[in-house]
Amino acid sequence: MDPRAILLIIHVYLCYNTRTTTLSVFICVYGSLLFICLPFVLIFTFLSFGQEKNDSSQHMPYTNERHSAEKLKDIATEIRRDIVRSLVVAKSGHSGGPLGSSDIFATLYFGGVMNYDPKDPRKEGRDRFVLSAGHMCPVLYATLANAGFFPRSELLTLRQFGSRLQGHPGRDMGLPGIETSSGSLGQGLSIAVGMAISDKLVDRNDARVYSLTGDGELQEGSIWEAVMAAGHFKLDNFCMIVDNNDCQIDGRVGDVMNVYPLKEKFESFNFHTIEVDGHDHAALLAAFDEAKSVKGKPTCIIAKTYMGQGVSFMEDDYTWHGKPPNDEQAEQALKELGVLS
Amino acid sequence: MNLEKYDKKPTRHGFGKGLVELGERDERIVVLGGDITGSVMTQWFKDKFPDRFFSIGVAEQNATTIAAGLALSGKIPFFASYGAFCALRNADQLRISVCYNETNVKIGGGHSGISVGPDGATHQVLEDIAFLRALPNMTLVVPCDYVEARKATVALGEMVGPGYIRFARSATPVFTRDDTPFTLGKAEVFRQGGDVAIIACGPLVWEALTAAEELSKEGVDARVINLHTVKPLDVETVVTAARDCGVIVTAEEHQILGGMGSAVAQAVVKNAPVPIEFVGVTDTFGGSGDPDHLMDVFGLRSQYIIKSVRKVLKRKQKEITGIQPITQVGEEGEGPVNYPKPLEKFLLDELHKAEENYPPKGVPAESLEPVT
Ligand SMILES: Cc1ncc(C[n+]2csc(CCOP(=O)(O)OP(=O)(O)O)c2C)c(N)n1
Ligand SMILES: [Mg+2]
Repeated sequence: MDPRAILLIIHVYLCYNTRTTTLSVFICVYGSLLFICLPFVLIFTFLSFGQEKNDSSQHMPYTNERHSAEKLKDIATEIRRDIVRSLVVAKSGHSGGPLGSSDIFATLYFGGVMNYDPKDPRKEGRDRFVLSAGHMCPVLYATLANAGFFPRSELLTLRQFGSRLQGHPGRDMGLPGIETSSGSLGQGLSIAVGMAISDKLVDRNDARVYSLTGDGELQEGSIWEAVMAAGHFKLDNFCMIVDNNDCQIDGRVGDVMNVYPLKEKFESFNFHTIEVDGHDHAALLAAFDEAKSVKGKPTCIIAKTYMGQGVSFMEDDYTWHGKPPNDEQAEQALKELGVLS
Repeated sequence: MNLEKYDKKPTRHGFGKGLVELGERDERIVVLGGDITGSVMTQWFKDKFPDRFFSIGVAEQNATTIAAGLALSGKIPFFASYGAFCALRNADQLRISVCYNETNVKIGGGHSGISVGPDGATHQVLEDIAFLRALPNMTLVVPCDYVEARKATVALGEMVGPGYIRFARSATPVFTRDDTPFTLGKAEVFRQGGDVAIIACGPLVWEALTAAEELSKEGVDARVINLHTVKPLDVETVVTAARDCGVIVTAEEHQILGGMGSAVAQAVVKNAPVPIEFVGVTDTFGGSGDPDHLMDVFGLRSQYIIKSVRKVLKRKQKEITGIQPITQVGEEGEGPVNYPKPLEKFLLDELHKAEENYPPKGVPAESLEPVT
């Protein structure tokens, strides 16, 4: 019961009995009661206030209209928190790539870049996104949940038996917003090129196709077959993003198998190529805008990122490619991401 | 046989150890890395012989063909990755540059079968045996435990010609010893018996032994055969088992269609037709989950072997007149449940309810519970 109500009852009772009570007793009882109850009243009020504050932090899904660079930063942090939450309960999965590419995903989905409708995920003529680096799916799942494709609580089913959030995206599980299965590196990009050919050269609509690859993934030969085809067909409705964190499982990309220089490679395949700081939302917005305006060529955005960005002990450390945080690490991560104090 | 007392170790460690042994013995051994050297244990070789290790990156087709080039230059190259990517992603390279060329290339296929667990269907290779055993010149070994994986790796390195060893990620019981006989191409009878022959490979050999113990309580005397070399097939041991026992059950962590069981069936039908039942994955893809749980739901456990033994013993007495699908395990309705359909385990209503408490206050303690 609210202590304020108890006070009120006592007050009414005392007032009713003033004739039988002396004034001094009245003051004494009332005063001491007030003294005892006041801290409880304060605490209770504070607590219920805190509760309301917490509730109001539950946002509606973010829309796909253009959010400011400042707001995108907040949304990216929100996505990072959700990645940490989903991975810590999954007890397996990839932390580094997803955290490092959260800014790219925030911009793509909440910067007014892509045309999609979470209430009608298979809408005709939508823009499509293909995650070629399937292992980075925790960031895609967190993004889609924040866009309202499915409840955010479902993120806590990641990698569990029967979950729609498979360890690598499985189209057969029917998670809204997932356009294709992926996880075998290098295949997603070709699928995206196929979609872009269908949109531009068969259906002749305005839809655009986006695809993200890892930089280690670029070592797959099929990547360059896809790139060659996109350049050959002048797919200006196609925009690929390279998550250039210079990390992969065995170490630095340049050491495991050098893929550099990148810009020159893509340009020689008839790509419009943009190098950008993959954590700078304004720059990312500008890059996506530029990609839309380019005619007669596909675009490749080489986004320089840091693996594990946002969580100090994971940053730029390739050993975080494929493991989840344990409980203590998740607590530390959530502190750094501003959830816990 | 006391089945309780064995330690567990993954077969991939046996592969890693075998490679180092080979490297010490033979200068011609070289190893190619596909960016997961830590998980398929080629790291151990790399640490010891850095000059004979070459990192090729995430490029399995290239690594396979580079291996062929090395072999044509007198080296004995081993390339290892996830089996999904070094048996099937590079299928044509294996077919032409390795097998047609008859090059001395050895492939280590790691993280094979459903027991990869949470990574899900893309990484759970269940079709590799079917492809590899169809390749002319290929030698294909599926060791049953850590010790046998080490022996098989060494044996492949010493043999001349294309070879593939299939190993797994999870730790499984180590029940063979250094002095347990092992010869490539020669199946081993691990348990004598004359009522039924259970022929298994890989981690399912352990399940077969467990099933046999259980069946002995029912008065069924099962012979257990470890068919570690799927190709070339030890036709003699298989056919002898068919003649002695009259019925066979095969068990493998692989699709029933085209796997080791199919090889056994061909050998048997050709020489001594007897009823055979097959235990394996029933023409379906895998999915994320705990490795042990997945082995249960995909029917890769001793209880399914037992069901199949009971079924096949019935067939011994009386021929079946109806038509049963190739992938049916045991009697109708006894087969594994396989992977749930979307939203069967996590109901959308429940998820929307849980949404009211999202985000959790601190570090989320555990994942949402699937509906059982
Ligand atoms: C065809 C294929 N080969 C190997 C793998 C295993 N694998 C998963 S992620 C990865 C490293 C990819 O590096 P990168 O694309 O840079 O991703 P990051 O480590 O930055 O997240 C590898 C080798 C795979 N999933 N698919
Ligand atoms: Mg990378």
